Amino acid sequence: MITWSNFVSQLFNGLALGALLALISSGLTIIYGTLGVLNLAHGAMFMLGGYAGYAAYQATNSFVLAVIAGSVALLLVGVVLERVLVRHFYSRPHEDQLLVTFGLAIVIVEAVRFFFGSESRSVPAPASLSGITSLGFAMYPTYRIALMGIIAVALFALFVVLYRTRLGMIVRAGIEDAVMVDSLGINVYRVFMVVFGIGAMAAGFAGIVNAPVVSLTPEVGETILVQTFVVVVIGGVGSFPGAILGGLIAGEIISLTSMVNPGYAYVMLFAAMTLVLMVRPHGLMGQPGRE
Amino acid sequence: MSHRDDRAPSGRRNFIRTSLAAVGGMALPGFATRAMAADNHPAIGTWPAGAEGNSVFIGIAVPRTGTYAVQGEDELKGWQLAIEHLNSGDSLIRRISPRTKKGVLGKEVKYGAADSAAKPNNAVQAEQRFITENHAILMTGSTSSAVAVAMNKLAQREKVLYVTGISGSNDTTGKDCVRYGFRQNFYGQTAAAAIGPVLVKAYGKGKKAAYMTPDYTYGHTVTKSMQDYLATAGWTTATNQVSPLGAPDYSSYLLNVANSGADVLINVNWGHDAVLSIQQAQRFGIFDKMKLAVPYQIPFLAPEVGGGLLAGVYAATDFWWTLEDKYPLAKLFVQSFEKRWGYKPEWGANNAYMSFAFWADAVENAGSFYPPDVIKSFEAGRKLQSTVGEVYFRKEDHQLVRPVVIVQGKKPNEMKNKEDFWNVVEIVPGEALMQKPDAFGCNLGDYT
Repeated sequence: MITWSNFVSQLFNGLALGALLALISSGLTIIYGTLGVLNLAHGAMFMLGGYAGYAAYQATNSFVLAVIAGSVALLLVGVVLERVLVRHFYSRPHEDQLLVTFGLAIVIVEAVRFFFGSESRSVPAPASLSGITSLGFAMYPTYRIALMGIIAVALFALFVVLYRTRLGMIVRAGIEDAVMVDSLGINVYRVFMVVFGIGAMAAGFAGIVNAPVVSLTPEVGETILVQTFVVVVIGGVGSFPGAILGGLIAGEIISLTSMVNPGYAYVMLFAAMTLVLMVRPHGLMGQPGRE
Repeated sequence: MSHRDDRAPSGRRNFIRTSLAAVGGMALPGFATRAMAADNHPAIGTWPAGAEGNSVFIGIAVPRTGTYAVQGEDELKGWQLAIEHLNSGDSLIRRISPRTKKGVLGKEVKYGAADSAAKPNNAVQAEQRFITENHAILMTGSTSSAVAVAMNKLAQREKVLYVTGISGSNDTTGKDCVRYGFRQNFYGQTAAAAIGPVLVKAYGKGKKAAYMTPDYTYGHTVTKSMQDYLATAGWTTATNQVSPLGAPDYSSYLLNVANSGADVLINVNWGHDAVLSIQQAQRFGIFDKMKLAVPYQIPFLAPEVGGGLLAGVYAATDFWWTLEDKYPLAKLFVQSFEKRWGYKPEWGANNAYMSFAFWADAVENAGSFYPPDVIKSFEAGRKLQSTVGEVYFRKEDHQLVRPVVIVQGKKPNEMKNKEDFWNVVEIVPGEALMQKPDAFGCNLGDYT
């Protein structure tokens, strides 16, 4: 229903949804931009981060430790996977890369199902962030508001790493032209490993900080992965700022469309992606012809 | 290095796990001879090929992954128990199907189970394989009415019997009914007619309701039935939030609900969607403003939602284990199930068990696996003993006429044990709840 208070509520909610999508998409786009690997296991990594955090929460009862565990676990998983599996596919066709990461996603999901079952698992928000806050125009879960701040900090940290460090400079150079970076004597393969680890960590971090919002199931990454691809396409493949812009746009589309007709929320998301592909095939902030 | 590949993920996994289990005793040759001698018909579907050996095969396509996975696993356990009971000639199944001795018509029952992920395509492909490779004589599965409707069509086309798993849509035995399909459980119309009066009594007339509806046949028909019934008590629809199956987040829908000014939230979502939407509704403070009602109860909802969120909430269901206090067969079933699987059965498992027991009864009474004879046996309207008392199949639409159970969530401190989530408040006889057989456009089609 369209009322002023509902409009403002949905606008705000779109921002919250978009922030999460931006965070997950940033990991995906950094990996794709640098390594050229479209990681179909990114959603599974998002899920795995949630479960790693859940296990840590069960053991320690501390949300902060759960977030650290979810992030570090996925950093390690990312590094190991890059070393033993993904690196062998850099020089192979995209089809092979899609298949291997697709298969990896299935293995991760089913492994989690084997250990944790299909029943949903909850990680409660920390006591200080649980409850409801009145925003004037709407009652909104306190944790979701806090989550926007948490994600903003995480994205800023990623920005600093990418744009203010030597590693970030190499990564961005790698996105532009990996062959040139290689020929300048920089060990791109080590950089690739770090990038895959950071991308996985971003997914894992998103998975655990999002856990109090959703309840965890082995499939939680699957639906989000599809949206993440839409975000990356809208924002521009390989573009970090594009992932953030695309995430916010996607969040607003879902939220505002649902105000008019909830049945069309996801349809409109894909319609927007189609429109962007027609008008600006390289995405809003992507660069044409980048190889 | 190339960085360009904008292709979207190419479809979802088509992951089918097939398990074959051979359980129970040996077939008795004498029975097999009698069954075949009685059959003198041209071949149809998988008959007689599927009924010629010492065993018959049932194809099960059930969600073991996805939004309805938890409910699917529970159903599967119900079917497995029924097959074990059939093959061993257990006393419980013989009370439901009195002619059963061991197996069905003396033949051992075997089965294969495939993951449908609650997707019609997956289910149809799996069952098609069971028909081709195993000559399946019976098909089952569905925790989604979209699957049930697709399976109905497959059953009618292939002339292989299908008994639904969980399916709540009016369409399954309504406009999409088929001669080869049968449904044991309750559905939108009977759910609404049973829970409607309870809601009106509890919350009054002339209330405003907000609906949350999954976007497929189950959701649309259950919501429509609820709206129609409640309109007779002056209730109006404040908003209807339609969402896709497996939506990752309900915040935008819940904001609309919160801003709708409704008195009651009627949540038709199912499986994990129901769990997530109820948990998130609580976080948005919605239950401070409105009551929750669940017209089509979801197995394991209470423990999964947690936190006593369902205390006081009314729901309509097919079966709840405390019915064992009222019905002797329910007591036997709950005991057998708990002994076999280590937990109290939910209604999905009960539905699964009963649907196989009724099929066995129909075959035994037909004295043959010849599908038209089995169908006519189902359609004979025999009074059947069940875990909810005496029931029968309506011949016009193949819907079981059975009571609907109204339950209310207990507060955590009222629970006598860790699985004591619901209080049975009413058992509403089925006949008066049902629409006229042709009201939803059912046309069963041909026998052959």
